[in-house]
Amino acid sequence: MEGKEILKGINLEVKAGEVHAIMGPNGSGKSTLANILAGKTDYEILEGEVTFQGQDLLELSPEVRSRSGIFLSFQYPVEIPGVPMINFLKASVNEHRKFKGLEPLTAGEFLKLMRAKKDMLHLDSELTNRSVNEGFSGGEKKKNEIFQMAMLEPKLAILDETDSGLDIDALRIVAEGVNALKTPENATILVTHYQRLLDYIVPDFVHVLYNGRIVKSGGKELAFELEEKGYDWIKNGNDQ
Amino acid sequence: MSIIHDKIAPADQLVSLFEKSREILNRGSSPILNRMREVSIKRFAQTGIPGFKNEDYKYTNLKPAFEKSYSQELVRESGLINLNEVYSRNIPELDAHLVFIVNGWFYSGNKPGSELPNGVVFGSLEQIANDRPELLQNYLNRQAGLSDDPFVTLNTAFTKDGFFIYIPKGVIVEKPIQIINLLSSDENLSVTQRNMVIAEPGSRIKLVICDQTLSPASFITNSVSEIFAGEDTLVDVYTIQNLNNQSTAISSAFYKLQRNSIVTTGAISLHGGMIRNNLKITFSGDHSEANVNGISFTDQKQHVDNFTVIEHASPNCLSNQIYKNILDDESTGAFAGRIHVARDAQQTNAFQRNNNVLLSDKARMQTKPQLIIDADDVKCSHGATVGQIDKDALFFLRSRGIGEKEARMMLMNAFAHEVIQKISIQSLRDRIDELIEKRLNGEITRGHI
Ligand SMILES: Nc1ncnc2c1ncn2[C@@H]1O[C@H](COP(=O)(O)OP(=O)(O)O)[C@@H](O)[C@H]1O
Ligand SMILES: [Mg+2]
Repeated sequence: MEGKEILKGINLEVKAGEVHAIMGPNGSGKSTLANILAGKTDYEILEGEVTFQGQDLLELSPEVRSRSGIFLSFQYPVEIPGVPMINFLKASVNEHRKFKGLEPLTAGEFLKLMRAKKDMLHLDSELTNRSVNEGFSGGEKKKNEIFQMAMLEPKLAILDETDSGLDIDALRIVAEGVNALKTPENATILVTHYQRLLDYIVPDFVHVLYNGRIVKSGGKELAFELEEKGYDWIKNGNDQ
Repeated sequence: MSIIHDKIAPADQLVSLFEKSREILNRGSSPILNRMREVSIKRFAQTGIPGFKNEDYKYTNLKPAFEKSYSQELVRESGLINLNEVYSRNIPELDAHLVFIVNGWFYSGNKPGSELPNGVVFGSLEQIANDRPELLQNYLNRQAGLSDDPFVTLNTAFTKDGFFIYIPKGVIVEKPIQIINLLSSDENLSVTQRNMVIAEPGSRIKLVICDQTLSPASFITNSVSEIFAGEDTLVDVYTIQNLNNQSTAISSAFYKLQRNSIVTTGAISLHGGMIRNNLKITFSGDHSEANVNGISFTDQKQHVDNFTVIEHASPNCLSNQIYKNILDDESTGAFAGRIHVARDAQQTNAFQRNNNVLLSDKARMQTKPQLIIDADDVKCSHGATVGQIDKDALFFLRSRGIGEKEARMMLMNAFAHEVIQKISIQSLRDRIDELIEKRLNGEITRGHI
């Protein structure tokens, strides 16, 4: 993007069943990393590789990444007036099924699946009666992302600041959803800059991203240390 | 603005064609049509075909289209319509009172009256002007005759036929009336068509007008419609234009709204070489409302120009316009919307919006709002946007597994949706959604080859 190098040194391995938290101050490159994994083409990749289940992820289009099991919960979900949630989700679920060689769901089967996932996440039915995110509050948008994740059952979910802007109730719903969807076969990357979310979703690993680099990795205790000492603690040792 | 009366060959040719054809034009036509001809051809001769120096036509140059040679059917040609062929052409099939017009002539096989409520008069303009001139004479050319537009004067000089609808007081026509304008010829053809709709107080009518070329010849159509919406009427007029790339369509519609009436229009320009739609709304009674909408799809070298004039001549009226264009390849579009609020038209609400999506670097859109406000207690707004498909929305859909082509289609449908949802006929909305899908995946274009 306009000649600016955003990410410079990232080495990360995520295994099935694991939850990784990526923390870091604003502007450190967390969303950039998440977007690159999902296939956003605004960025030029100068070097590096990303392997997902033995495949070169960077070779794949965003839609194929999604169908292969990558899911990005956006930091700022877009509103798409005129595209009904139901139409969009049905197309999405059926594309995933086609990729797996499955028949598309009938309208009835689809509605049933939707109802089951809504119940599981304790969502009200309003969300799916409207256009995608149109007029949704910040909290509703984030819940809608988790709902889509529940419908698509990804192998690797990347949640970009799904906690920011949520009140405590919405945060609990989102966190419970993420926990409920967790299985030994899938993995989660939680991107956040607060420690708050980690009270609800316990990570196996915590990485600190600063200035495009992972400057520190550790267990969940690293999050508490960060909370206590603040990002200055990281910055002091790392500014050039 | 400078006005240059440039005499160019095509206009002279049209005038001399008129001179030569005067007798044929008058023959069989009602005197109330014939007596408009002479003055109209004179007025046309003074202006000629407008060039880009004419402020109202600066985005649409119709001169090249008039430089080709065309034949004209000055007398009704007999012939049969092959309905199977017609319906293979992407015309929406509706539960409607259906008639056909072929090359401007009301088709002799139509049975328009059979299921309509008592008192409704619906049929050929030529025939009704002959049989019942009293129905027309207080209305004919009352709006169009005030216009200086050269295509309107040209139309009036050459008018032979078209459709005529009269809805008596309080009559509600439940089912839509569908008028299918077919253009069918082996050689290039120039078509003149004149239409009138008179809705008496308290009546209700919905019209669906479909323009369709059936052969690859070049057509140039010039149609003028005058619509009179009486007090407390509801009048809906939807047009779907689906013409081949060699064709030029010029249409001028004049709506006069009396007290408490509501007019809704939707201009769907699906396909066509060059399309110019003039639309004028005159509020001549208070508390009336006009919802004026349009969406056009252009690609290749196509051009669509919507030119609207909203004349707020009475207080407490509402006009609401949304025009949208989706432009691909080297196609071009224009929207010019003039709103005039007269001095006495207090408490006017006039809104106008024009949104455009360019799908290629070479597509161009011109948009020009013009507000002339002589009253002080009014609410007016206008806005225009020209942009690309929303990249973030596209990425979002793809990131959920939806392929790029499909995702683009969804976003374009969504863009069009705001206009389509204003159509009051559910089955027509559904048919149009399908047609838009076909338009965007190339099927409509292939249908013209
Ligand atoms: N589209 C873009 N164009 C230019 N710079 C960008 C763009 N997106 C992000 N950046 C820059 O990259 C850096 C990292 O941004 P981002 O990944 O959003 O950080 P974070 O999510 O950690 O807050 C910031 O300096 C930001 O200004
Ligand atoms: Mg971010």
